[in-house]
Amino acid sequence: MPQALMTVDTYFSLKKPLLVLEARGLACIRGERLLFQNLNLKISAGECLHIRGENGVGKTSLLRLLTGLSKPESGEVFWNGAVTSKEPAHYHRELLFLGHRDALKEDLTALENLRLYAALDTIKLSEDKALAALWRFGLRGREHLPVNCLSAGQKRRVLMARMLTRQAKLWILDEPFNALDVHAMGALQGLIAEHLEQGGLVILTSHQEINLSQVRVLDL
Amino acid sequence: MSALLAMIHRDLLLVMRRKSEVLTALFFFVVVTSLFPLGIGADTALLRKIAPGVLWVAALLSTLLGLQRMFAADYQDGSLEQLALSPQPMVLLVTGKIIAHWMVCGLPLVLLAPVIGIQFGLDVSSLTVLMATLLLGTPVLSLVGSIGAALTLGVRGGSVLLSLLILPLYIPVLIFGAGAVYANSVGLDATGHFSLLGALLILALAFIPWVSSAAVKIAIE
Repeated sequence: MPQALMTVDTYFSLKKPLLVLEARGLACIRGERLLFQNLNLKISAGECLHIRGENGVGKTSLLRLLTGLSKPESGEVFWNGAVTSKEPAHYHRELLFLGHRDALKEDLTALENLRLYAALDTIKLSEDKALAALWRFGLRGREHLPVNCLSAGQKRRVLMARMLTRQAKLWILDEPFNALDVHAMGALQGLIAEHLEQGGLVILTSHQEINLSQVRVLDL
Repeated sequence: MSALLAMIHRDLLLVMRRKSEVLTALFFFVVVTSLFPLGIGADTALLRKIAPGVLWVAALLSTLLGLQRMFAADYQDGSLEQLALSPQPMVLLVTGKIIAHWMVCGLPLVLLAPVIGIQFGLDVSSLTVLMATLLLGTPVLSLVGSIGAALTLGVRGGSVLLSLLILPLYIPVLIFGAGAVYANSVGLDATGHFSLLGALLILALAFIPWVSSAAVKIAIE
Protein backbone atom coordinates (compact mmCIF):
# COMPACT_ATOMS: atom_id res chain seq x y z
CA MET A 1 0.00 0.00 0.00
CA PRO A 2 2.72 2.54 0.83
CA GLN A 3 4.30 1.67 -2.49
CA ALA A 4 1.14 2.52 -4.35
CA LEU A 5 1.03 5.85 -2.57
CA MET A 6 4.61 6.54 -3.53
CA THR A 7 3.93 6.02 -7.19
CA VAL A 8 1.07 8.43 -7.02
CA ASP A 9 3.37 10.95 -5.40
CA THR A 10 6.10 10.55 -7.96
CA TYR A 11 3.53 10.74 -10.69
CA PHE A 12 2.44 14.14 -9.46
CA SER A 13 5.92 15.41 -8.82
CA LEU A 14 6.89 14.35 -12.31
CA LYS A 15 3.84 15.96 -13.77
CA LYS A 16 4.19 19.26 -11.99
CA PRO A 17 7.12 20.89 -13.78
CA LEU A 18 5.46 20.29 -17.15
CA LEU A 19 4.05 23.66 -18.04
CA VAL A 20 1.26 23.65 -20.56
CA LEU A 21 -1.18 26.33 -21.58
CA GLU A 22 -4.12 24.99 -23.48
CA ALA A 23 -7.26 26.59 -24.87
CA ARG A 24 -10.17 24.52 -26.08
CA GLY A 25 -13.04 25.70 -28.22
CA LEU A 26 -12.61 29.40 -27.56
CA ALA A 27 -15.12 31.78 -29.09
CA CYS A 28 -15.09 35.53 -28.82
CA ILE A 29 -17.78 38.07 -29.66
CA ARG A 30 -16.98 41.77 -29.72
CA GLY A 31 -20.04 43.97 -30.01
CA GLU A 32 -22.15 42.11 -32.55
CA ARG A 33 -19.30 40.50 -34.45
CA LEU A 34 -18.08 36.99 -33.97
CA LEU A 35 -14.29 37.32 -34.04
CA PHE A 36 -13.42 33.64 -33.87
CA GLN A 37 -14.92 30.41 -32.69
CA ASN A 38 -13.79 26.90 -31.89
CA LEU A 39 -10.22 28.04 -31.52
CA ASN A 40 -7.83 25.50 -30.00
CA LEU A 41 -4.24 26.03 -29.08
CA LYS A 42 -1.67 24.35 -26.92
CA ILE A 43 1.85 25.38 -26.07
CA SER A 44 4.20 23.85 -23.59
CA ALA A 45 7.43 24.79 -21.85
CA GLY A 46 10.09 26.27 -24.11
CA GLU A 47 7.71 27.15 -26.89
CA CYS A 48 6.75 30.50 -28.36
CA LEU A 49 3.47 31.12 -30.14
CA HIS A 50 3.35 34.01 -32.58
CA ILE A 51 -0.21 35.12 -33.30
CA ARG A 52 -0.59 36.92 -36.60
CA GLY A 53 -3.49 38.50 -38.41
CA GLU A 54 -4.88 41.70 -39.83
CA ASN A 55 -5.93 44.62 -37.66
CA GLY A 56 -9.19 43.97 -35.87
CA VAL A 57 -9.14 40.25 -36.37
CA GLY A 58 -9.10 39.61 -32.64
CA LYS A 59 -5.46 39.16 -31.64
CA THR A 60 -5.68 41.35 -28.57
CA SER A 61 -9.08 39.86 -27.67
CA LEU A 62 -7.57 36.39 -27.82
CA LEU A 63 -4.68 37.43 -25.55
CA ARG A 64 -7.10 38.95 -23.06
CA LEU A 65 -9.13 35.74 -23.05
CA LEU A 66 -5.99 33.74 -22.36
CA THR A 67 -5.03 35.98 -19.42
CA GLY A 68 -8.51 35.80 -17.93
CA LEU A 69 -9.10 39.54 -18.18
CA SER A 70 -12.19 38.84 -20.23
CA LYS A 71 -14.40 35.79 -20.35
CA PRO A 72 -14.79 33.76 -23.53
CA GLU A 73 -18.23 33.32 -25.08
CA SER A 74 -17.58 29.60 -24.92
CA GLY A 75 -14.59 27.39 -24.28
CA GLU A 76 -12.02 27.19 -21.51
CA VAL A 77 -8.37 27.97 -20.87
CA PHE A 78 -6.28 25.39 -19.02
CA TRP A 79 -2.99 25.94 -17.23
CA ASN A 80 -1.26 22.66 -16.46
CA GLY A 81 -4.54 20.88 -16.97
CA ALA A 82 -6.56 23.03 -14.53
CA VAL A 83 -9.19 25.52 -15.60
CA THR A 84 -7.66 28.97 -15.07
CA SER A 85 -10.89 30.72 -14.08
CA LYS A 86 -11.28 28.39 -11.07
CA GLU A 87 -8.11 29.46 -9.33
CA PRO A 88 -7.05 32.70 -10.97
CA ALA A 89 -4.56 33.65 -8.23
CA HIS A 90 -2.58 30.47 -8.82
CA TYR A 91 -2.51 31.10 -12.57
CA HIS A 92 -1.73 34.81 -12.26
CA ARG A 93 1.29 34.05 -10.10
CA GLU A 94 2.90 32.46 -13.15
CA LEU A 95 1.63 34.95 -15.69
CA LEU A 96 2.95 38.23 -17.01
CA PHE A 97 0.77 40.15 -19.45
CA LEU A 98 1.93 43.28 -21.20
CA GLY A 99 -0.74 45.09 -23.17
CA HIS A 100 -0.84 48.06 -25.54
CA ARG A 101 -0.65 50.51 -22.69
CA ASP A 102 2.55 50.51 -20.71
CA ALA A 103 0.87 50.51 -17.26
CA LEU A 104 3.70 52.58 -15.78
CA LYS A 105 2.94 55.42 -13.40
CA GLU A 106 4.18 58.58 -15.10
CA ASP A 107 4.94 60.43 -11.87
CA LEU A 108 7.13 57.69 -10.44
CA THR A 109 10.65 56.81 -11.47
CA ALA A 110 11.48 53.69 -13.45
CA LEU A 111 13.01 52.14 -10.35
CA GLU A 112 9.95 52.92 -8.19
CA ASN A 113 7.65 51.48 -10.85
CA LEU A 114 9.62 48.24 -10.89
CA ARG A 115 9.77 47.92 -7.14
CA LEU A 116 6.11 48.76 -6.59
CA TYR A 117 5.05 46.13 -9.10
CA ALA A 118 7.33 43.65 -7.37
CA ALA A 119 5.69 44.47 -4.04
CA LEU A 120 2.21 44.02 -5.51
CA ASP A 121 3.22 40.73 -7.12
CA THR A 122 4.83 39.75 -3.78
CA ILE A 123 8.23 39.15 -5.29
CA LYS A 124 11.35 40.00 -3.37
CA LEU A 125 13.25 42.49 -5.49
CA SER A 126 16.29 44.19 -4.02
CA GLU A 127 17.28 47.61 -5.26
CA ASP A 128 20.51 46.22 -6.75
CA LYS A 129 18.61 43.64 -8.74
CA ALA A 130 16.12 46.19 -10.03
CA LEU A 131 18.94 48.54 -11.00
CA ALA A 132 20.81 45.77 -12.76
CA ALA A 133 17.69 44.94 -14.76
CA LEU A 134 17.25 48.57 -15.81
CA TRP A 135 20.91 48.92 -16.69
CA ARG A 136 20.80 45.83 -18.84
CA PHE A 137 18.31 47.57 -21.12
CA GLY A 138 20.26 50.76 -21.46
CA LEU A 139 18.55 52.86 -18.81
CA ARG A 140 21.68 53.60 -16.80
CA GLY A 141 21.50 57.17 -15.54
CA ARG A 142 17.74 57.34 -16.11
CA GLU A 143 16.59 55.07 -13.30
CA HIS A 144 15.70 58.03 -11.08
CA LEU A 145 13.86 60.05 -13.73
CA PRO A 146 10.08 60.15 -13.63
CA VAL A 147 8.72 57.91 -16.36
CA ASN A 148 7.04 60.84 -18.13
CA CYS A 149 10.54 62.10 -18.99
CA LEU A 150 11.27 58.89 -20.90
CA SER A 151 10.52 58.30 -24.57
CA ALA A 152 8.04 55.65 -25.74
CA GLY A 153 10.88 53.27 -26.54
CA GLN A 154 12.52 53.82 -23.17
CA LYS A 155 9.22 53.03 -21.46
CA ARG A 156 9.14 49.72 -23.31
CA ARG A 157 12.65 49.13 -22.01
CA VAL A 158 11.39 49.63 -18.46
CA LEU A 159 8.80 46.96 -19.25
CA MET A 160 11.56 44.65 -20.47
CA ALA A 161 13.22 45.13 -17.10
CA ARG A 162 9.92 44.15 -15.52
CA MET A 163 9.76 41.00 -17.66
CA LEU A 164 13.21 40.11 -16.40
CA THR A 165 12.37 40.65 -12.73
CA ARG A 166 8.79 39.33 -12.64
CA GLN A 167 9.81 35.63 -12.49
CA ALA A 168 6.73 34.52 -14.42
CA LYS A 169 6.67 31.32 -16.43
CA LEU A 170 4.15 32.45 -19.01
CA TRP A 171 4.56 35.69 -20.87
CA ILE A 172 1.67 37.04 -22.91
CA LEU A 173 2.85 40.05 -24.86
CA ASP A 174 0.74 42.29 -27.05
CA GLU A 175 2.87 43.95 -29.74
CA PRO A 176 6.04 43.92 -27.66
CA PHE A 177 8.18 45.21 -30.54
CA ASN A 178 6.28 48.47 -30.96
CA ALA A 179 8.29 51.67 -30.57
CA LEU A 180 11.57 49.78 -30.19
CA ASP A 181 14.72 50.66 -32.12
CA VAL A 182 16.79 47.95 -33.83
CA HIS A 183 19.04 47.61 -30.83
CA ALA A 184 16.20 47.19 -28.35
CA MET A 185 14.43 44.75 -30.67
CA GLY A 186 17.52 42.59 -30.59
CA ALA A 187 17.63 42.85 -26.82
CA LEU A 188 13.98 41.85 -26.51
CA GLN A 189 14.41 38.89 -28.84
CA GLY A 190 17.41 37.86 -26.76
CA LEU A 191 15.31 38.17 -23.60
CA ILE A 192 12.54 36.03 -25.08
CA ALA A 193 15.05 33.41 -26.28
CA GLU A 194 16.56 33.33 -22.79
CA HIS A 195 13.11 32.88 -21.25
CA LEU A 196 12.31 30.00 -23.61
CA GLU A 197 15.62 28.35 -22.85
CA GLN A 198 14.79 28.40 -19.16
CA GLY A 199 11.58 26.54 -19.90
CA GLY A 200 9.25 29.51 -20.10
CA LEU A 201 6.31 29.98 -22.44
CA VAL A 202 5.70 33.01 -24.63
CA ILE A 203 2.63 34.05 -26.57
CA LEU A 204 2.94 37.24 -28.55
CA THR A 205 1.39 39.22 -31.33
CA SER A 206 3.56 41.14 -33.74
CA HIS A 207 3.53 42.38 -37.31
CA GLN A 208 7.26 41.80 -37.58
CA GLU A 209 8.95 38.52 -38.33
CA ILE A 210 10.54 36.94 -35.30
CA ASN A 211 13.90 35.23 -35.59
CA LEU A 212 13.65 32.58 -32.92
CA SER A 213 14.07 28.89 -33.38
CA GLN A 214 11.11 27.57 -31.35
CA VAL A 215 8.43 29.83 -32.81
CA ARG A 216 5.11 28.45 -33.94
CA VAL A 217 2.74 30.65 -35.87
CA LEU A 218 -1.02 30.93 -35.47
CA ASP A 219 -2.83 32.86 -38.18
CA LEU A 220 -6.15 34.28 -37.11
CA MET B 1 -1.46 41.81 3.98
CA SER B 2 1.81 43.02 2.50
CA ALA B 3 0.00 43.61 -0.79
CA LEU B 4 -2.53 45.81 1.00
CA LEU B 5 0.29 47.88 2.49
CA ALA B 6 2.07 47.99 -0.87
CA MET B 7 -1.10 49.30 -2.49
CA ILE B 8 -1.54 52.01 0.15
CA HIS B 9 2.13 52.95 -0.13
CA ARG B 10 1.89 53.18 -3.91
CA ASP B 11 -1.19 55.38 -3.90
CA LEU B 12 0.17 57.70 -1.22
CA LEU B 13 3.44 58.01 -3.14
CA LEU B 14 1.50 58.96 -6.27
CA VAL B 15 -0.41 61.59 -4.34
CA MET B 16 2.82 63.02 -2.94
CA ARG B 17 4.14 63.43 -6.49
CA ARG B 18 1.02 65.27 -7.59
CA LYS B 19 -0.18 67.18 -4.57
CA SER B 20 -2.32 69.71 -6.43
CA GLU B 21 -5.24 67.32 -7.00
CA VAL B 22 -5.63 66.59 -3.31
CA LEU B 23 -4.99 70.11 -2.15
CA THR B 24 -7.78 71.32 -4.45
CA ALA B 25 -10.32 69.19 -2.60
CA LEU B 26 -9.08 70.33 0.82
CA PHE B 27 -8.95 73.96 -0.23
CA PHE B 28 -12.52 73.60 -1.51
CA PHE B 29 -13.58 72.35 1.93
CA VAL B 30 -11.90 75.25 3.70
CA VAL B 31 -13.20 77.92 1.32
CA VAL B 32 -16.81 76.70 1.17
CA THR B 33 -17.08 76.40 4.93
CA SER B 34 -15.49 79.84 5.41
CA LEU B 35 -17.94 81.47 3.02
CA PHE B 36 -20.90 80.82 5.30
CA PRO B 37 -19.75 82.90 8.31
CA LEU B 38 -18.77 85.65 5.88
CA GLY B 39 -22.10 85.58 4.09
CA ILE B 40 -24.34 85.23 7.10
CA GLY B 41 -22.55 87.69 9.34
CA ALA B 42 -21.88 87.67 13.04
CA ASP B 43 -25.11 86.04 14.18
CA THR B 44 -23.45 83.55 16.53
CA ALA B 45 -26.59 81.66 17.48
CA LEU B 46 -27.53 81.04 13.83
CA LEU B 47 -23.97 80.09 12.86
CA ARG B 48 -23.76 77.64 15.72
CA LYS B 49 -27.01 76.08 14.59
CA ILE B 50 -26.05 75.61 10.93
CA ALA B 51 -22.42 74.66 11.58
CA PRO B 52 -22.85 70.85 11.68
CA GLY B 53 -24.91 70.80 8.50
CA VAL B 54 -22.60 73.12 6.60
CA LEU B 55 -19.45 71.30 7.64
CA TRP B 56 -20.91 67.91 6.79
CA VAL B 57 -22.25 69.00 3.40
CA ALA B 58 -18.88 70.55 2.56
CA ALA B 59 -17.18 67.31 3.63
CA LEU B 60 -19.45 65.29 1.32
CA LEU B 61 -18.78 67.56 -1.63
CA SER B 62 -15.04 67.71 -1.16
CA THR B 63 -14.88 63.91 -0.85
CA LEU B 64 -16.79 63.77 -4.11
CA LEU B 65 -14.14 65.95 -5.79
CA GLY B 66 -11.44 63.42 -5.07
CA LEU B 67 -13.49 60.31 -5.87
CA GLN B 68 -13.05 60.34 -9.63
CA ARG B 69 -9.33 59.99 -9.07
CA MET B 70 -9.61 56.71 -7.20
CA PHE B 71 -9.53 54.36 -10.18
CA ALA B 72 -9.59 56.58 -13.27
CA ALA B 73 -5.84 57.16 -13.71
CA ASP B 74 -5.04 53.48 -13.18
CA TYR B 75 -7.78 52.57 -15.63
CA GLN B 76 -6.42 54.85 -18.33
CA ASP B 77 -2.79 53.79 -18.19
CA GLY B 78 -3.55 50.08 -17.95
CA SER B 79 -2.34 49.68 -14.36
CA LEU B 80 -5.75 48.43 -13.29
CA GLU B 81 -5.40 45.46 -15.66
CA GLN B 82 -2.02 44.70 -14.15
CA LEU B 83 -3.54 44.86 -10.67
CA ALA B 84 -6.31 42.48 -11.76
CA LEU B 85 -3.65 40.09 -13.04
CA SER B 86 -1.52 40.21 -9.92
CA PRO B 87 -1.73 37.10 -7.75
CA GLN B 88 -3.40 39.11 -5.01
CA PRO B 89 -7.16 39.05 -4.60
CA MET B 90 -8.66 42.16 -6.18
CA VAL B 91 -10.68 42.86 -3.02
CA LEU B 92 -7.47 43.42 -1.08
CA LEU B 93 -6.08 45.84 -3.64
CA VAL B 94 -9.34 47.76 -3.91
CA THR B 95 -9.48 47.99 -0.12
CA GLY B 96 -5.96 49.40 -0.19
CA LYS B 97 -7.00 52.03 -2.70
CA ILE B 98 -10.02 52.98 -0.58
CA ILE B 99 -7.88 53.30 2.54
CA ALA B 100 -5.36 55.45 0.68
CA HIS B 101 -8.17 57.63 -0.61
CA TRP B 102 -9.53 58.10 2.89
CA MET B 103 -6.09 58.95 4.28
CA VAL B 104 -5.75 61.65 1.65
CA CYS B 105 -9.30 62.98 1.32
CA GLY B 106 -11.04 62.04 4.58
CA LEU B 107 -8.49 62.22 7.37
CA PRO B 108 -7.42 65.83 6.62
CA LEU B 109 -11.08 66.88 6.91
CA VAL B 110 -11.23 65.40 10.40
CA LEU B 111 -8.14 67.38 11.34
CA LEU B 112 -9.29 70.61 9.69
CA ALA B 113 -12.80 70.51 11.13
CA PRO B 114 -12.00 71.96 14.59
CA VAL B 115 -10.15 74.90 13.05
CA ILE B 116 -13.12 75.66 10.85
CA GLY B 117 -15.58 74.98 13.65
CA ILE B 118 -14.08 77.91 15.56
CA GLN B 119 -15.32 80.24 12.82
CA PHE B 120 -18.82 79.06 13.61
CA GLY B 121 -18.37 79.67 17.32
CA LEU B 122 -18.63 75.99 18.27
CA ASP B 123 -17.58 75.12 21.81
CA VAL B 124 -15.09 72.43 22.73
CA SER B 125 -17.62 69.66 23.32
CA SER B 126 -19.29 70.31 19.96
CA LEU B 127 -15.91 70.33 18.23
CA THR B 128 -14.99 66.97 19.75
CA VAL B 129 -18.29 65.45 18.70
CA LEU B 130 -17.87 66.92 15.21
CA MET B 131 -14.40 65.41 14.87
CA ALA B 132 -15.62 62.06 16.15
CA THR B 133 -18.53 61.95 13.69
CA LEU B 134 -16.21 62.87 10.83
CA LEU B 135 -13.78 60.19 11.93
CA LEU B 136 -16.55 57.59 11.76
CA GLY B 137 -18.31 59.05 8.74
CA THR B 138 -15.61 59.94 6.24
CA PRO B 139 -14.45 56.31 5.80
CA VAL B 140 -18.06 55.47 4.87
CA LEU B 141 -17.96 58.28 2.30
CA SER B 142 -14.79 56.86 0.73
CA LEU B 143 -16.17 53.32 0.78
CA VAL B 144 -19.55 54.16 -0.74
CA GLY B 145 -17.90 56.50 -3.21
CA SER B 146 -15.61 53.73 -4.44
CA ILE B 147 -18.63 51.91 -5.89
CA GLY B 148 -19.53 54.96 -7.93
CA ALA B 149 -15.93 55.56 -8.97
CA ALA B 150 -15.67 51.96 -10.20
CA LEU B 151 -19.04 51.93 -11.94
CA THR B 152 -18.38 55.13 -13.88
CA LEU B 153 -14.97 53.99 -15.20
CA GLY B 154 -14.71 54.60 -18.92
CA VAL B 155 -18.03 56.46 -19.02
CA ARG B 156 -17.99 59.81 -20.76
CA GLY B 157 -19.05 62.58 -18.37
CA GLY B 158 -18.47 60.14 -15.58
CA SER B 159 -17.88 62.73 -12.87
CA VAL B 160 -21.38 64.20 -13.18
CA LEU B 161 -22.92 60.75 -13.22
CA LEU B 162 -20.81 59.85 -10.22
CA SER B 163 -22.21 62.73 -8.15
CA LEU B 164 -25.77 61.83 -9.14
CA LEU B 165 -25.19 58.19 -8.21
CA ILE B 166 -23.38 58.72 -4.97
CA LEU B 167 -24.81 61.82 -3.31
CA PRO B 168 -28.18 60.20 -2.48
CA LEU B 169 -26.31 57.32 -0.85
CA TYR B 170 -24.48 59.81 1.37
CA ILE B 171 -27.73 61.04 2.95
CA PRO B 172 -27.77 58.63 5.93
CA VAL B 173 -24.21 59.57 6.86
CA LEU B 174 -25.10 63.25 6.59
CA ILE B 175 -28.20 62.88 8.76
CA PHE B 176 -26.51 60.99 11.57
CA GLY B 177 -23.25 62.92 11.36
CA ALA B 178 -24.77 66.38 11.50
CA GLY B 179 -27.51 65.12 13.82
CA ALA B 180 -25.01 64.00 16.45
CA VAL B 181 -23.36 67.42 16.62
CA TYR B 182 -26.73 69.16 16.79
CA ALA B 183 -28.07 66.81 19.46
CA ASN B 184 -24.97 67.35 21.55
CA SER B 185 -25.22 71.14 21.22
CA VAL B 186 -28.78 71.19 22.55
CA GLY B 187 -27.87 68.88 25.40
CA LEU B 188 -29.32 65.63 24.07
CA ASP B 189 -27.60 62.26 24.13
CA ALA B 190 -25.66 61.64 20.89
CA THR B 191 -24.71 58.00 21.49
CA GLY B 192 -27.55 56.77 19.30
CA HIS B 193 -26.18 58.72 16.36
CA PHE B 194 -22.72 57.36 17.02
CA SER B 195 -23.97 53.79 17.15
CA LEU B 196 -25.73 54.22 13.83
CA LEU B 197 -22.66 55.82 12.23
CA GLY B 198 -20.53 52.98 13.56
CA ALA B 199 -23.02 50.45 12.22
CA LEU B 200 -22.90 52.12 8.80
CA LEU B 201 -19.12 51.96 8.85
CA ILE B 202 -19.04 48.28 9.79
CA LEU B 203 -21.66 47.43 7.19
CA ALA B 204 -19.79 49.37 4.50
CA LEU B 205 -16.46 47.76 5.45
CA ALA B 206 -17.99 44.31 5.31
CA PHE B 207 -19.59 44.53 1.88
CA ILE B 208 -18.37 47.42 -0.20
CA PRO B 209 -14.83 46.25 -1.06
CA TRP B 210 -16.38 43.19 -2.73
CA VAL B 211 -18.92 45.26 -4.61
CA SER B 212 -16.30 47.73 -5.80
CA SER B 213 -13.84 45.08 -6.90
CA ALA B 214 -16.60 43.36 -8.87
CA ALA B 215 -17.41 46.70 -10.52
CA VAL B 216 -13.74 47.25 -11.36
CA LYS B 217 -13.52 43.81 -12.92
CA ILE B 218 -16.55 44.56 -15.09
CA ALA B 219 -14.99 47.86 -16.15
CA ILE B 220 -11.73 46.31 -17.37
CA GLU B 221 -13.35 43.37 -19.15
